[in-house]
Amino acid sequence: MNFFLEVLIGGLLSGVMYALVALGFVMIYKASGVFNFAQGAMVYLAALSVVGCLEKGAPLWLAIILAFVIMTLFGIATEKFVLRKLVNQPPIALFMATIGLAFFIEGLAPMIFGSEPRALELGIVDEPIPWILDNWNMVISKFDLVAAGVAAVLVATLALFFQYTRVGRALRAVADDHQAALSIGIPLQHIWAIVWGVAGFVALVAGMMWGARNGVQFALTFTALKALPVLILGGFTSVPGAIVGGLIIGASEKLAEIYIPPVMQDLFGGNFGGIEGWFPYVLALLFLLVRPEGLFGERHIDRV
Amino acid sequence: MLYREAGQFKTTYAADQQIFPIRQDRIAVIALLAVAFVGVPLFASEYWFSAILIPFLIFALAALGLNVLTGYAGQLSLGSAAFMAVGAYAAYNFQLRIEGIPIMLSFILAGLTAAGVGVLFGLPSLRIKGFYLAVATLAAQFFIVWCLTKFPWLSNNSSSGVISTQKLIVFGYELDRPVEKYLLVLSIVVLMAFAAKNMVRSSTGRAWMAVRDMDVAASVIGIRLMPTKLLAFAVSSFYCGVAGAMYAFCYLGSVEPDGFSLDMSFKILFMIIIGGVGSIMGSFLGAAFILLLPIFLDIALPYCADLFGLPFSSATVSHIQILVFGGLIMFFLIVEPHGLARLWQIAKEKLRLWPFPH
Amino acid sequence: MIKRFKSAIAAVAVSLAMLSQLAVAAEEQFFPLIDYRVGPYGSNGQAFYGGFIDYLNYVNLKEKGVNGVLMTYEECETEYNNAKGVECYERLKGKAAKSAGPLHTMSTGISYALVDKSAQDKLPLAMMGYGRTDAVDGSVFPYAFPLVTTYQMQASAIVKFIKDKSGGSLAGKKIVYLYHDSAYGKEAIVALNAEAGLNKFEMVQIPVAHPGNEQGAQWLRIRQEKPDYVIFWGWGVMNQTALKAAQKVGFPRDRMIGSWWTGSEEDVVPAGEAAKGYMAATWNVAGKQVPVIADIEKVVYGAGKGNLQDTSKIGTVLYNRGVSAAVLSVEAIRKGQEKYGKGKALTGEQTRWALENLNITDARLKALGATDLLPEIKTSCANHEGSGKVKIQQWDGAKWVPVSGWIEGNKSLVHPLFQASAKQYALEKGITPRDCSKEK
Repeated sequence: MNFFLEVLIGGLLSGVMYALVALGFVMIYKASGVFNFAQGAMVYLAALSVVGCLEKGAPLWLAIILAFVIMTLFGIATEKFVLRKLVNQPPIALFMATIGLAFFIEGLAPMIFGSEPRALELGIVDEPIPWILDNWNMVISKFDLVAAGVAAVLVATLALFFQYTRVGRALRAVADDHQAALSIGIPLQHIWAIVWGVAGFVALVAGMMWGARNGVQFALTFTALKALPVLILGGFTSVPGAIVGGLIIGASEKLAEIYIPPVMQDLFGGNFGGIEGWFPYVLALLFLLVRPEGLFGERHIDRV
Repeated sequence: MLYREAGQFKTTYAADQQIFPIRQDRIAVIALLAVAFVGVPLFASEYWFSAILIPFLIFALAALGLNVLTGYAGQLSLGSAAFMAVGAYAAYNFQLRIEGIPIMLSFILAGLTAAGVGVLFGLPSLRIKGFYLAVATLAAQFFIVWCLTKFPWLSNNSSSGVISTQKLIVFGYELDRPVEKYLLVLSIVVLMAFAAKNMVRSSTGRAWMAVRDMDVAASVIGIRLMPTKLLAFAVSSFYCGVAGAMYAFCYLGSVEPDGFSLDMSFKILFMIIIGGVGSIMGSFLGAAFILLLPIFLDIALPYCADLFGLPFSSATVSHIQILVFGGLIMFFLIVEPHGLARLWQIAKEKLRLWPFPH
Repeated sequence: MIKRFKSAIAAVAVSLAMLSQLAVAAEEQFFPLIDYRVGPYGSNGQAFYGGFIDYLNYVNLKEKGVNGVLMTYEECETEYNNAKGVECYERLKGKAAKSAGPLHTMSTGISYALVDKSAQDKLPLAMMGYGRTDAVDGSVFPYAFPLVTTYQMQASAIVKFIKDKSGGSLAGKKIVYLYHDSAYGKEAIVALNAEAGLNKFEMVQIPVAHPGNEQGAQWLRIRQEKPDYVIFWGWGVMNQTALKAAQKVGFPRDRMIGSWWTGSEEDVVPAGEAAKGYMAATWNVAGKQVPVIADIEKVVYGAGKGNLQDTSKIGTVLYNRGVSAAVLSVEAIRKGQEKYGKGKALTGEQTRWALENLNITDARLKALGATDLLPEIKTSCANHEGSGKVKIQQWDGAKWVPVSGWIEGNKSLVHPLFQASAKQYALEKGITPRDCSKEK
């Protein structure tokens, strides 16, 4: 039982890390209907900028600010030079363009900041909290708790931003209906540039968390793969969906990795571990069969 | 001037409905086939066969398969590489387990196996749409590759999961020279491309397109969604499966499940988007573009760096390659979001009027 | 003005001299390099191939090549992708037809795809510490060389190291094998199973799905299993993640022993403090105290011909490994020239013979200044591996420190496994094995 709880909590906390990446996808999809495959690459770019600035001798706070500036400029440039030219194209063309963008970043970022894997020290140690370990014999990492806190603050900030600022309201209007938003005088392209900037900020937070955890390196781009099932589970357009989806995926994949392989081993013989790669996807797939628009996604009504 | 259809009268329905109704097109296709079957084997070097032409044809076939599904039936899939893996491993196992089975038969059976798996993973498409479906097909991608790794029986208990394909013996004749393999691949691809071209013109193809454009409307006019969508999955996976079998037998000779990665699925997707979604010819153009561009950059960039005396290290050149590849994809999409096939179409329209445009 | 004129004349004279020199020294030994410098494993490739190319240039600068034959190379980027590797191979093959050193791909997948092709084209395929391990049996694989040591021998050597550490017996102990769920990770399982049977320890296999950037579940399971040791077979991001995750569940790193692809600076530096005390196998030591490495830095980088942009990589584990691969290749060229004529470039077929008849002794390594870059190697038709020895090194937080002498895996246990596997391969492919007793 104790072990079960430990796995469950560990899973929920890694789910938070997935949700951090998924949030970036949601931001952009919500506002512009673009499925931004380059989000993983943006996480990489953001983390590399932080590390790159640190190496040039900047203190951490300055490095973070500089990285934020880089990400914002990058977001604006993307909007101006790529997406604006593709307005009114089918979604698949936009999706494809973001894949091209991902390649572009994967070539550009290491060229500027170097490609060797580096550590990113945020001053939070990824060690079990001794007090919990002693009293309940459970491993809960300090770092994971901090990450969960960061995610909570991020989501709260985003929610407040959406709810109470002028830009936020405009964003929601654009997300609801581009045409209507345009007709009441909301500058669509500014809004998109802002959204890409915000997505860059989310990528920065995710990049720092993942970078501090596993080191800053090319593999950060793979974090996108962990975020995709979270997205379909939570729905492409919902911020709370990303969080809840992340928690569900994180917990269930960890539990599955621990408890399913032994069962399969009894059935077929052989070693069946390593199911984490596909399990979240199959889970999300099964879930979609029941609710095709995800947990919190908008229900899609077809009209002829 | 040359490309004019005036004066070509269709006197029978058959003439009106043939695949290439314009005489110039027919001549062009026949000339192209003649070059591919006779001209190329006479002049191409071994490097061209084993490194460019064979993979080009194989990937074009896989792209064709994906184009049937995505371009004609409108179901976005990110799992093509996994269906290729099914084809490769199935063909290997048919060769291994059934004594004396002809290689052609095991390719066909491999395609059918892939089709079966494709139908299975196509079932969710009845409820799930758009990008949700695309991400759901990733389940197929990861699950299939995992299965191939985990069930040692599938790789004949090889300790590493890698299979080495058997010899290619067609009608008692062993194909081991690259040019022979090329001819085999070419024949299969040409045959299947014509089949696809015909299929998309038939009532099946029209049903697919109706579903693509709007499935609710399609069902209203009496198209049964389930068989139509599943057939698209089956046909698409069949093509990918055969492509996978050839990838293993005629190209690499030895494959591991991890080789059929998500990257490869994406590559196939790039091909159809760059080439043209919903175009048979686009699959070929796209495959050529995606395969040749990196090779071209690989050769051209160091040369350019030398020419201008830029102090690029090898690593920088490699990074620039990726960067330029990504940049070109975006550039092409901005210039022509409908792909190379559309450019071809436009060129054709212009040719019809040339040299007197109005 | 006159000064400028003078320097122009000098430049012309120099270039003329170079031209004439080129005309004379037409003999060049070509190395096809199927390498990678971008993508998820790009930084590993940069260090390895940087070291390899630097040593080739070093031989050219220091002693004007091998008996006057200059080492040349051409690179082709694979991004660690099998299909691209085949394209590169086909591209470089034409150039390699005239003269070819051993081919190094540093990728198990690519070398698998090239085993048949290279045998057909008569180009020797070197797989130092990766690739098709049953190619140790040279009677079935004349052109493939899993040189120095193989995964299976390495696993066996690691078990031996653990055994020595635990007082000579492993009975009743528990060892977890945590591996990358791919061909690379699975190769060692047969050897470990055999060792487990022999030494009566319990082995628990835990696979990690690619790419391995999330190992929470696996390490919680390890915590529950409470093993005495973890043998670790990772690659790329999986390595740092494992070290961090071990720290997270409080598993002591000095009881984690990794394979040689988990023990480089690229693997431990990103893990920061978490990597301290971690051990890994290797066949080459790190550091610039190795004479030849220091000399490369002086000679090659002094002349401005270094391949690395980032010179801090000189002396890292993978850089030195690249140098060790080049030392071995150049020694093979030397050996071949003894037989086929000094001052002549070798064809692939001749290099093959040389690789099969290598005999690099400690004295020779010392003369090269490459002590501890390689173990002693003696290859033959029946043994394409040639050594099977590794050292264990430990990360002290700043550098890798060797903590053992050369340890040899259990050859009598492991080599029969290769022979059985090679036999099956020969059967499947219809290859008639050579008779090794007739080779010389």
